[in-house]
Amino acid sequence: MMIIKKMIFILLVLVSGNQLVAQKYFTKKGEVSFFSHAPMEDIKAVSNTGSSVLDAANGKLQWAVLIKSFAFTKALMQEHFNENYMESTQFPKAKFTGTIDNMTAIDLKKDGEYNAQVSGVLEIHGKEKKIATNAKFLVAKGKIIATSVFKVYLADYGIEIPSVVKDKIAKEVEISIKSNYELLDKM
Amino acid sequence: MMGSIISVSAQEEDDLLSLLGDTEPETELVYATFKTSRIINLQSIENTAAGVLDFKIAHRFGVLNGGFYDLFGLDQASMRIGVDYGLTRWLTIGLGRSSFEKTYDGFTKIKLLRQSTGKKKMPLSLSLFAGSAIKTVAFSEPERDNYFSSRMYYTYQGILARKFSEGFSLQLSPTVVHRNLVKTKAEKNDVYALGMGGRLKLSKRTSINAEYIYLAPNQVAPDIKNSFSIGFDIETGGHVFQLHFTNSTSMIEKGFVSESVGNWLDGDVHFGFNVSRVFTLKKK
Repeated sequence: MMIIKKMIFILLVLVSGNQLVAQKYFTKKGEVSFFSHAPMEDIKAVSNTGSSVLDAANGKLQWAVLIKSFAFTKALMQEHFNENYMESTQFPKAKFTGTIDNMTAIDLKKDGEYNAQVSGVLEIHGKEKKIATNAKFLVAKGKIIATSVFKVYLADYGIEIPSVVKDKIAKEVEISIKSNYELLDKM
Repeated sequence: MMGSIISVSAQEEDDLLSLLGDTEPETELVYATFKTSRIINLQSIENTAAGVLDFKIAHRFGVLNGGFYDLFGLDQASMRIGVDYGLTRWLTIGLGRSSFEKTYDGFTKIKLLRQSTGKKKMPLSLSLFAGSAIKTVAFSEPERDNYFSSRMYYTYQGILARKFSEGFSLQLSPTVVHRNLVKTKAEKNDVYALGMGGRLKLSKRTSINAEYIYLAPNQVAPDIKNSFSIGFDIETGGHVFQLHFTNSTSMIEKGFVSESVGNWLDGDVHFGFNVSRVFTLKKK
């Protein structure tokens, strides 16, 4: 019995441990920005502290970004974004949990440009919604850059726009992601 | 043993981000203790953001107990028009002119401490305010020797505030108003007062505000009352509208701290409003 247990343990370590060491990529400085175009006002904000882990073994991908880390050009806009729309004290993070569905076609160890199909659940303002989008991986000289652009509807995430500002805030917001992934070598 | 290994790897499956380790708690500054830089008459803890011009128009109408003949005071109005400007994120300056006694005022407000949570914890915010006012109305006794300095008033104020929750903030404002010239010997040149103010949010964009300014005894003429005001804030993006009832007609410190004469119990109360409109002159 003991021997079997030990063997299974060793097997587990060999299989999973190996993968853990070799195949996970991360960033803590992911750039997440959004853009909203409305008749009276364009709104833009960017955060450079998005964190993400990608498991190349199975394509699992996670993202998280602090809502309060988004910087705007207008101070009052930033205050209203946090206070009135995102309620960032109550809902501090936006999160994505999903997979790269065609991970088998992507080799992050080999130079090249890869198109990725990403799907999963995006959580903003405490509300979850399934999304699917395309992303690009650019691998060059060991450096991995991932980019993606997709749109979200504020109404899907329970973000209300009062009628007095409806000409200033679009119902649809474009989100752009840009990130360098590095090999996660601890564990 | 095996169980623990499986559970650990299962957890990792669920939360890849935990592999990045516990991210250090960052210092998080507390924002929006009040909607705008005034509670009603009192300066609030809020500074105008750097590069932002806040254009303010304020009115105080006549007394409510004037009745329908004066349309509850709307026939008379005292007003102040002014601007606040954020030079840096901790320094705001302001200028204004009040119709009452043709008074010009200027002030500087410096933010010293900011309430924060996370790595650096600070339980409250602290600002210092210094303002002066020049009364330019013609002297009432022109035959007497009148000096320019007699027109000057100075105010120094500490502003201590804490946002207790999203919806509830409180502020204390110890204040001293210096008046170069007073009417009688019994009145003091320096008037010490303690302002208190707070807000209760009703929704994301509206709140109820109140403020009370306690005057230490035997400093001012006997008919002067402590200022008490209660109001309602509505924020609509770039504007903040503040509607209120107050027993003070003046909208600057030397006036509402040391010259309020209205008695709430007799209905000597004024309806009034402040309108604030911000313009971002310099973008970050």
